[in-house]
Amino acid sequence: MCRLAMKTASQPFSPFTVVEAMESMQEGYDGSGLGLLLRGLEFADYKYQAGDPILSGIAHTPAALHRLNEIMDNKGFELKYDHEFEVKRSMIEAQDRHKYILRVYSLPKAWAHLSQEEVDHELMMTRLGLRLDGEAHGDDLTAFSLWPDVAMIKEVGWPLGIGQAFSLNNDRIKSRICFAQGRQNTNYGINLYACHPFFIQGVATMTNGENSAFVPIRDWLSGKGFPGYMGYQSDSEVFAHILHYVTKQLKLPLQAYKHVMTPLNNQQLAAHPQGDFLLGLRNVCRRLIIDGPNAVIGSLPDETCLLVMDAKKLRPATVGGKPGEWAVASEICGVDAMIPDRDQSKDFQPMREHTVVIPPDRQELEIWSQFDQFPLIQAA
Amino acid sequence: MVSIRSISSHPGSLSPNDLPWIIHHREERCTLCGKCAAVCPVNTLKLTYMRKRMPKIVLSSSERGSSFQTFVGIRQRTDVGRRCIGCGSCAMVCPNEAIAPVFNDNDRYRFLATAGGDAPKRGGRRNVPGASLLDRIIFNRISMLTDPALDAGRHEFSYNTLLGRVLPPEEYVRRKMSGEWIPPVREVFPIIIGSMSFGALSPNMWLGLLQGVAYCNEVLGIPVRMATGEGGCPPWVLRSPFLKYIILQVASGYFGWDEIIRAIPEMQCDPAAIEIKYGQGAKPGDGGLLMWFKVSKLIARLRGVPEGVDLPSPPVHQTLYSIEESVMKMIQSMSMAWNFKVPVYPKISGSTSAKAVLNNLVRNPYASALLIDGIDGGTGAAYDISLNATGHPIASNVRDCYLDLCRQGKQNEIPIFAAGGVGKTGNVVQNALALIMLGASGVHIGKFIMQSAAGCLGSERNRCNVCNLGICPKGITSQNPKIYRRLDSDDVAQRVVETFQAIQIEMKKVMAPLGRSQSLPIGMSDALGIADKDAADRLSIRYVC
Repeated sequence: MCRLAMKTASQPFSPFTVVEAMESMQEGYDGSGLGLLLRGLEFADYKYQAGDPILSGIAHTPAALHRLNEIMDNKGFELKYDHEFEVKRSMIEAQDRHKYILRVYSLPKAWAHLSQEEVDHELMMTRLGLRLDGEAHGDDLTAFSLWPDVAMIKEVGWPLGIGQAFSLNNDRIKSRICFAQGRQNTNYGINLYACHPFFIQGVATMTNGENSAFVPIRDWLSGKGFPGYMGYQSDSEVFAHILHYVTKQLKLPLQAYKHVMTPLNNQQLAAHPQGDFLLGLRNVCRRLIIDGPNAVIGSLPDETCLLVMDAKKLRPATVGGKPGEWAVASEICGVDAMIPDRDQSKDFQPMREHTVVIPPDRQELEIWSQFDQFPLIQAA
Repeated sequence: MVSIRSISSHPGSLSPNDLPWIIHHREERCTLCGKCAAVCPVNTLKLTYMRKRMPKIVLSSSERGSSFQTFVGIRQRTDVGRRCIGCGSCAMVCPNEAIAPVFNDNDRYRFLATAGGDAPKRGGRRNVPGASLLDRIIFNRISMLTDPALDAGRHEFSYNTLLGRVLPPEEYVRRKMSGEWIPPVREVFPIIIGSMSFGALSPNMWLGLLQGVAYCNEVLGIPVRMATGEGGCPPWVLRSPFLKYIILQVASGYFGWDEIIRAIPEMQCDPAAIEIKYGQGAKPGDGGLLMWFKVSKLIARLRGVPEGVDLPSPPVHQTLYSIEESVMKMIQSMSMAWNFKVPVYPKISGSTSAKAVLNNLVRNPYASALLIDGIDGGTGAAYDISLNATGHPIASNVRDCYLDLCRQGKQNEIPIFAAGGVGKTGNVVQNALALIMLGASGVHIGKFIMQSAAGCLGSERNRCNVCNLGICPKGITSQNPKIYRRLDSDDVAQRVVETFQAIQIEMKKVMAPLGRSQSLPIGMSDALGIADKDAADRLSIRYVC
């Protein structure tokens, strides 16, 4: 079991706030790693221009960095900003980190005629190209994300220690959304790619729990032939891919995510206003039904954030905050650490049927029950 | 020494010690009631007067001589046709435990079973006793700390499966939007009572099964389905609301289909599915065979044939010469007969060519599933050589097919059902879940339910296994009312229900520690282990020791 912390606010804030929230929940993880996802970025020494892709990763050797530069140049990406973390190397366990990469590029000019969908695809293929290049060279190059307005940091070690090692408290980088997860991997080997949050084409999730239905889900997603559905060093990676599949491929509303992963039973569907559609959806997406205890926190490219519980609510999570800023954490003390000046009596702990959605305007929470109708324009 | 001529000895002579089952009779306990001889289905017991000589020696005189006594006792016949089959009916009726058959693994009968020039035939399944490969597969991905264990007794579990063609999600959403046809899909219990025909089974057995299945569905909410096998269905069942629990089989003899087609306009509901039998695990390459002993008046009426004739179905569907044609013509015709509202799927024998069939089905939008019946499948009548040596074990066959579907991303579209040896040694849930985690969407059971629900005596030591002769001592596979009246269909129904209730408990007991409760763990091969490196490699599961 691990701990999760997520904050979303209209005003950019330091990721260190979220790292400190992790520290407040320190009994809940083994300190084997930290994964951060930042969205809605603001740099102290650079004015970010919306739409520019940001590459996050690690070049473990000078040769890897050289190859990375070559690949990006060849594709036509132009480097606009190279964020240099003030890294305290002595505080980081791993010694083979030549350079932590957080770079802003401009899109290749050759892509100007491409549709948005094609650009999205090319960005994903470029990230996968970097990843495969690293894997072909002894894992000397790690690429976490390549997407507008998203940065990711993953490292092995105690979360607070990593935050300090990266000097994340120096306010040089801020964001409107920050995800943090404090453990490497539940059931599989230590691997930087296995650390939450997981990312694909702007869609990101992190999970507290264990997905015991991982292998059949992985096998099904892998068989879809979509290049981004790969990797799977962690059983939780499929949550990100299912969210991507439901929203981007099936183009269903966000609420369908819950119905795909934890569908209602026959009796409940019989009483549901969209029961007929949902019964069919349950059948066709049957290999995507998750199992085990899981609290899934996700975010979409438009800065919508969500929290979904497993079908039996076997993992806790609390959401709290006030208009303009909201936090989700595995424990109430985590929410306290991120937003201490909120009305605690309005904190909400979702039950098994709930999806909590924090829309981009961040004015109020939407608590949506799976038993309720949802805006399904297509069929119902 | 006496001359050899005075001993009855010819090449086919057998003594009781040469037989696979030897009757042990304790004369001191026998009350001579004669029940054993009366009940013996093969008439092997001879209740007879015998004479024995008592030497007479008087020590005080030189008197010598013999006196003779007669007594009544049991003797075992040794001719091939009336050899003891080990059924144990004699032991069952004996009031004093004076008689029982004992297995003899040193028999010579096997060399002489060809008497009359015909190759040996029987019912049952492959005679390989002991743990099967499926029995050796264990579930070892236990989520106790990483995932708080589920409570098998109190948590809600979903373990039904889907029978029917499932669309890719994108296509489902598109068709639903435009109001197009969505292929029929049935949500059923993953352990299905497989094809055993009304004809192979006695009326009491068949109706007992149906009664039990109906109770499971209507009272307990367990959606158990049963398949008819070739030979149709009683006309009143075709017109009853119970038809929805029945998978109608069409096989190469088309027996019973005259009645079925005539009943279509009067059906109250659709059948669960249509199974097109192309092959059977117990006897690949053979059609069904109902021997004349079992073609009673009722069976003859259902099948549209004269009474008392052998009913061998052809090995293949005579109107077809290729699988493409089969798929095109038969699946589509059957779908059309029920207005595209009933799943239609083929059943084949386990074979290295199963993948070719599967790939053909994948490309046909009306094919609903594939049932593969492995070499350990049972039958009412087949040649020993077919039963014992022809076919393909089910585990690797299912695994290969499933992985092939995974590579195409179609494992949710065409469910694979597995049969052949499930529950062979009684471990029905272990076997079923092993196959399911290897990739099957469900399994069919046949012999297991006969053993569990009706007390079938057959075993892989060739005990009983005379289903082909219509003399089933339990009344399960006989069409002789004197015999099948022994079986009360209410009792069968009760046992069917008890069996499925226990199956449910065991399924939860396996799924809970694996951390699975939301869906049937199809293809969850990471949970499987076997202490056999070669088998582990072949099945792509973990080797454990």
